[in-house]
Amino acid sequence: MYRYDGYDQQMLAERVAQFRDQTKRYMDGQLSDTEFLPLRLQNGLYIQRLAPMLRIAVPYGMLCSRQLRKLAYIANHYDKGYAHFTTRQNIQFNWPHLNDVPDLLADLAEVEMHAIQTSGNCIRNTTTDQFAGVAVDELEDSRGYCEIIRQWSTFHPEFAYLPRKFKIAVCGTAIDQAATQVHDIGIYIVKGPNEEIGFRILAGGGLGRTPVIGQEIFEFVEKKHLLTALEAILRVYNREGRRDNKYKARIKILVKEIGVEEFKNKVFQEWELIKDSALTLTDEELNRCLGFFNSPDYDDLPDSPAALIENLQSDLLFAAWHTQNVKPHKKPGYSIVTLCFKETGVAPGDVTDRQLEQIADLADRYSFGEIRISHEQNIVMADVQQDQLYELWKQLKSGAMASHNLGLLTDVICCPGGDFCALANAKSIPIAEAIQRKFDDHEELSNIGEMNLNISGCMNACGHHHVGNIGILGVDKKGEEYYQISLGGSSKNEASLGKIIGPSFAQEEIPDVVENIVSVYKDRRHEGEKFIDTYNRIGLDPFKEKVYAKAD
Amino acid sequence: MQKLISKDAVMDNQWTLLKVATGPEILQAVPGRNFIVPFKFWKLYREELNDYGGNIAIWLNSDEDISEIGNALHSLPLIALNFPVFSDGRSYTNARELRQRYEYKGEVRAIGDVLRDQLYYMAQCGFDSFELRNDQDTDLCLNAFEDFSTNYQATIAEPTPLFRRR
Repeated sequence: MYRYDGYDQQMLAERVAQFRDQTKRYMDGQLSDTEFLPLRLQNGLYIQRLAPMLRIAVPYGMLCSRQLRKLAYIANHYDKGYAHFTTRQNIQFNWPHLNDVPDLLADLAEVEMHAIQTSGNCIRNTTTDQFAGVAVDELEDSRGYCEIIRQWSTFHPEFAYLPRKFKIAVCGTAIDQAATQVHDIGIYIVKGPNEEIGFRILAGGGLGRTPVIGQEIFEFVEKKHLLTALEAILRVYNREGRRDNKYKARIKILVKEIGVEEFKNKVFQEWELIKDSALTLTDEELNRCLGFFNSPDYDDLPDSPAALIENLQSDLLFAAWHTQNVKPHKKPGYSIVTLCFKETGVAPGDVTDRQLEQIADLADRYSFGEIRISHEQNIVMADVQQDQLYELWKQLKSGAMASHNLGLLTDVICCPGGDFCALANAKSIPIAEAIQRKFDDHEELSNIGEMNLNISGCMNACGHHHVGNIGILGVDKKGEEYYQISLGGSSKNEASLGKIIGPSFAQEEIPDVVENIVSVYKDRRHEGEKFIDTYNRIGLDPFKEKVYAKAD
Repeated sequence: MQKLISKDAVMDNQWTLLKVATGPEILQAVPGRNFIVPFKFWKLYREELNDYGGNIAIWLNSDEDISEIGNALHSLPLIALNFPVFSDGRSYTNARELRQRYEYKGEVRAIGDVLRDQLYYMAQCGFDSFELRNDQDTDLCLNAFEDFSTNYQATIAEPTPLFRRR
């Protein structure tokens, strides 16, 4: 993975010193709340319901064991012993004290980590496929490009006070696991007219109050023009994005209001000017950044070794986990393992300091010391030898990290909700738990098959409910917490936004509603058909009828 | 009197900022001065302003279109860009466009809600003088330009991005 050089380290140290000074001036009353607000947000610090919440950047989801151990230390030292994986591949702490944050950031800087631009109206952490570099269907590893974008967007002097937050995703695989089309900018690594690698760039996608799928701005740009193309889009947005209404300030509204053709014209006008400027990437820089993500030292191993086959036959629990959580790797003899952090009774994405330590140890032993966080709030060990899978699984089991519900109904994607977040209309964690309790039979879950269920506690859609096969949104109905259900969302290649099924439900009704939806699917599905495909075939009505049917 | 600084020092303010101006008669009342007049006012009374004995510069609000300055741009000694609130980021882009697209060589001044914690970024985007909000501490503000030793990006102050200097 990327390693800091003297420049990176120096700028990071300067940032820590800057924020220490800003915090001090705020405490001394020299900075008002309003003036301190964007400064703390651009260092990841929210003031929440119970305590400040600090969001730490995990660039494109990658962490090494040294960083995991530091996070465990921080969870223990500054928090109540746990951390939370977010839906944007970052990590949050819910209990640090404002006074301690500068020290906490200094601790993080020791392991090349920070909380820069994890919040606020600026360019946020760039995200990508959690299987980047190991996926079978990959055109090219996206992480080097993410790193190039990370550096360009970090402390960009012109784009620190955008109309609204700005999120970029990069996808290099045939199957889009990065929800690329619902980002402010979505970048696909594609082949150009002469088979050369470059980018297709979309803009104006997003979730939140007005969910929109991004539109194509650049059909194809060469590698060297990546940053100039992004800078041109940002310049138009910064100048022309709406600032009169917070809810209309995302780039998607600008693109919609002036139309994609007009938006493109403006972007191309900017791009013409800078296209061949000093910002054009050099081969040296491309090689430098991409070079950090070369494959680790793989051994030459056979696929499906005898020992693995034997263990799969003799241990049914291991076999169930293997079916669900282990995916093919581009290198023979290796597998991609996902640790599903969706144990019933634990908030989705929560992890203890002890588990962080264990993950670090296991990563060192089985996966070249590195892990990734997925936007589904799980952990990926990307390079595990197949002949070591059984051993790894046994250790995960003893650490309560061997849930085998990955990608199934109970692998719920969920925001922190009303239990923690000041913005939420309603709680989301207890809804996730109630659904997990209702569907506690693994055989039944496997029978239902691949299904995304997403829960957001409010319109801001941190739980990405619009793109859940089943989406649940917390709403406020005369001071009561209610939940609106939508069906048919998807964040995959054929991205689609869910349709609202009808009037909202009370909290206690939700597990039965989900069960009814599932039962319609089971009755109507064709052999081997996924929920989303059945839904697309039969439409919303059959589900609606069942869910709102009067009890006999 | 608001304090004016450059990246290195406190400056003597040679200009009077007219936040509001109704008609050219306001200038007749004080002949021979240096005025920064509102962009709208300048567009309306350019002829009359040509005859004015002192120097005329303009200021633009963050939502005004700098391309409307047109060819007169290069005869203006100073252009001020307003920050109605510090969190309105449009003037960063406008400053950069003035420098890069329009190759403006005169003084670009930040006015309005100009605070210590945004000065570093402003300087990178091509501002060279800063009229600080009244409550700002000049010494603290002068330190702001050293917040960072370099940038990753290609900026007006450092047109070569870090990747070409590494």
